[in-house]
Amino acid sequence: MQIPARRITAVIGPSGCGKTTFIRCINRMHELVRDAKVSGKVLVHGEDIYAPGADPVQIRRRIGMVFQKPNPFPTMSVYENVAAGWRLNGDRRADLDEIVEKGLRMAALWDEVKDHLNKPGTSLSGGQQQRLCIARALAVNPELLLLDEPCSALDPIATAKIEELLYSLKQTYTIVIVTHNMQQAARISDFSGFFLMGELVEFDRAQKLFTTPANKLTEDYITGRFG
Amino acid sequence: MTDRPHPQNAEALLPQPRTGWLLRLAPSLGGPFREANWGDRALHILTLGFALSSFALTALIALALYRNSILSIEKFGLRFLWGTTWDPVFEQFGALPFLFGTLVSSGIALLIAFPLGLGVAIFLSELAPRWLSDPIAFLIELLAAVPSVVYGLIGIFVLVPWVRDDLTPVLKKTLGFLPIFSGPSYGVGMLTAGILLAVMVVPFITSLSREVLMAVPASQREAALALGATRWETTRMAVVPYARSGVMGSMFLALARALGETMAVTMVIGNRPEIAASLFAPGYSMAAVIANEFTEATYDLYLHALVEIGLVLFAVTIVVNALARLLILAVARKSAEVQV
Amino acid sequence: MSELKYRFRQAKNYVMFSITFLCTLLTVGVLFFILGYMVWHGASSLNWDFFTKLPKPVGEPGGGMANAIVGTGKLLLIAALIGVPVGFLGGVYLSEFGRNNRIGFLVRYATDILNGIPSIVMGIFAYTVVVLPMRRFSAVAGGIALGIMMIPIALRSTEEFLKLVPNSLREASLALGIPQWKTIIRVVIPTGFRGILTGIMLDLSRVAGETAPLLFTAFSNRFWSAGWLQPTASLPVMIYTYSIAPYEDWHRQAWAAGLVLLMLILFVNVVSRLVLRRRLAMGV
Repeated sequence: MQIPARRITAVIGPSGCGKTTFIRCINRMHELVRDAKVSGKVLVHGEDIYAPGADPVQIRRRIGMVFQKPNPFPTMSVYENVAAGWRLNGDRRADLDEIVEKGLRMAALWDEVKDHLNKPGTSLSGGQQQRLCIARALAVNPELLLLDEPCSALDPIATAKIEELLYSLKQTYTIVIVTHNMQQAARISDFSGFFLMGELVEFDRAQKLFTTPANKLTEDYITGRFG
Repeated sequence: MTDRPHPQNAEALLPQPRTGWLLRLAPSLGGPFREANWGDRALHILTLGFALSSFALTALIALALYRNSILSIEKFGLRFLWGTTWDPVFEQFGALPFLFGTLVSSGIALLIAFPLGLGVAIFLSELAPRWLSDPIAFLIELLAAVPSVVYGLIGIFVLVPWVRDDLTPVLKKTLGFLPIFSGPSYGVGMLTAGILLAVMVVPFITSLSREVLMAVPASQREAALALGATRWETTRMAVVPYARSGVMGSMFLALARALGETMAVTMVIGNRPEIAASLFAPGYSMAAVIANEFTEATYDLYLHALVEIGLVLFAVTIVVNALARLLILAVARKSAEVQV
Repeated sequence: MSELKYRFRQAKNYVMFSITFLCTLLTVGVLFFILGYMVWHGASSLNWDFFTKLPKPVGEPGGGMANAIVGTGKLLLIAALIGVPVGFLGGVYLSEFGRNNRIGFLVRYATDILNGIPSIVMGIFAYTVVVLPMRRFSAVAGGIALGIMMIPIALRSTEEFLKLVPNSLREASLALGIPQWKTIIRVVIPTGFRGILTGIMLDLSRVAGETAPLLFTAFSNRFWSAGWLQPTASLPVMIYTYSIAPYEDWHRQAWAAGLVLLMLILFVNVVSRLVLRRRLAMGV
């Protein structure tokens, strides 16, 4: 599966098909599960991130991730949350203020919080918290942004805001988004991969996948015959 | 990292493997130490070291107890446990009076505390609404926070006179023919100790039983009620039996507490190493004799005998606690199975 | 089913639940009785002297327990130095590294055993390990006994509060490329901090009331104890000594001391409950 740069790639499929497991393999987060095993290669810009001696911490640094439920750090303010990727690693940069502002602007959150940067991260609404998590992920300049069903805990208005945001972000970042919402995938993605029972069934341009899929299984899923 | 890496720089970007002495530390332990970087491993080792101290301390305590009672163990052997004479002057040491006192006072305590505590637990879990049940449960837990010596204080100045002046006449009048209520009553004695201990262990029975009762699935109650049972019948036949192991576990926990209780007991039990039939007679407990005579042990055998009593106490409480936890574990497993 | 039988069952229902209600009244009543009685007897004996003066010579009325108050403070300090780091770091292990492995299971098991050991046995241990070699009673010996008693509760409560920190926070931090140890130190522990602190305060308040382990470790002292290697007076031991003595004045002082001790302990318990309830409501 080749994920093209500066495009949105959606990973779709019914519950339990392995979408989340797949995306977590990209930044080696699946290793947090005790008995996880992985085989094969994942190449990011040509390097295998599973090469022996590769440091998962560094890899995760280069790949950003946003989770299903917004998870800002509760003991930190909005500002501190966005800066967390730098501060927690001991990086005391002089331009932290600018980094935070840039991150919040990219996440389309700056105008809403610029006067409240010191409020706790958890004091924002659900949708704002999720955008805060996106800002936090973007603040460390990742090469790749992974999103695991980022809108499933949000209302339609917040969802629309985030979809708009992703659309604008794709000009700078390569984005992989897992979603169980087919319409969302059809709306925003350029490429899509359909997973079923742990296997990639079909991967193609979104337009083609959603209108004239090559595989019967894909067609059945899209037309709602199962899932 | 501000510049985007290009494929040409790929080689340079491959992170260098992190080795070092800390990583090579205990690689053979395999399982626990899988971390790739030194910081994680260092923290792991540090915290593991402190965690293992629990282990180490328990072993050390057992060892210290054994080594410091060896003289007595060697001289008296198993006879220590059923010897009835405790005579430091003639170097005769038998622990039976203390075993007797500990067991009887704890037994009385449980006899009183178990029905009482279970009754409260039933009230709090079946009858009282949540807004009442929680604060009352908290108040009862506060009873567990009262220090032993304060219980002893109340014991000496309130309970002892009450037992002597108010309770004894009543008991003598009604049940005075029984040997356990025979003989003079000075207020201090086995019965008083038992009553005081009962008050001290009720909170343990109540809070644990309440928890397990509340954890009984509603479906059990509903099934009984749907059959036309009254609330009480439901409780008696469906709820309590279901939570039986947990309730039993709470009893053992309370027993373990009562067995080891020192101050309150020594302040009201009379501190006389005798085995008597009457509950009014003064007695002695294992913990109490250690508390009273430790600093008076003028020669080694005396000290070792006292430490041996401590060893027996140690062993007994471990066994009872282990039983308690086994039962509580059984409840946890059962409720996990039944989760539908 | 006959009407009579039904009436009987209803009556039984009423009676049995009334009994449980009475049990509750009795038990809660005991608590209030203890509190009330202590306040009644202790409050009248509390005066400035109690907190500032040393005990008078045996038999003479008057004096106070200033040295015992300071002594308890010293003992708690030493106990905390032992109990807090061991309990806290051990709890970190159980929650962050040892949730599902064999070592974690053994540690929890051993901790429960340690917790069940009667306090007087802890006193014996400290005696054999500290007092005998040093040939003297000391605050250090008493502090060590209390410190070891603190460990199991500090360990378990730290573990519980760290486990309450949602895993999503750990994942958020790790996904940012922050190594696990930094995640633990800078995200997980600060988030669980309030609960951990509360657990430790409760633990301290519990050992503050312990008497038995001090009887032959710190022993007692009718004067100030300089440094850490002298026999040291403590509130619980004073209460005990005074209450079994034949002097009325000493009984009076025992009540006062008992009241002070009880109030301190209850205060910590009530405040902890309030703090924790707010925490749980905040969802953290």
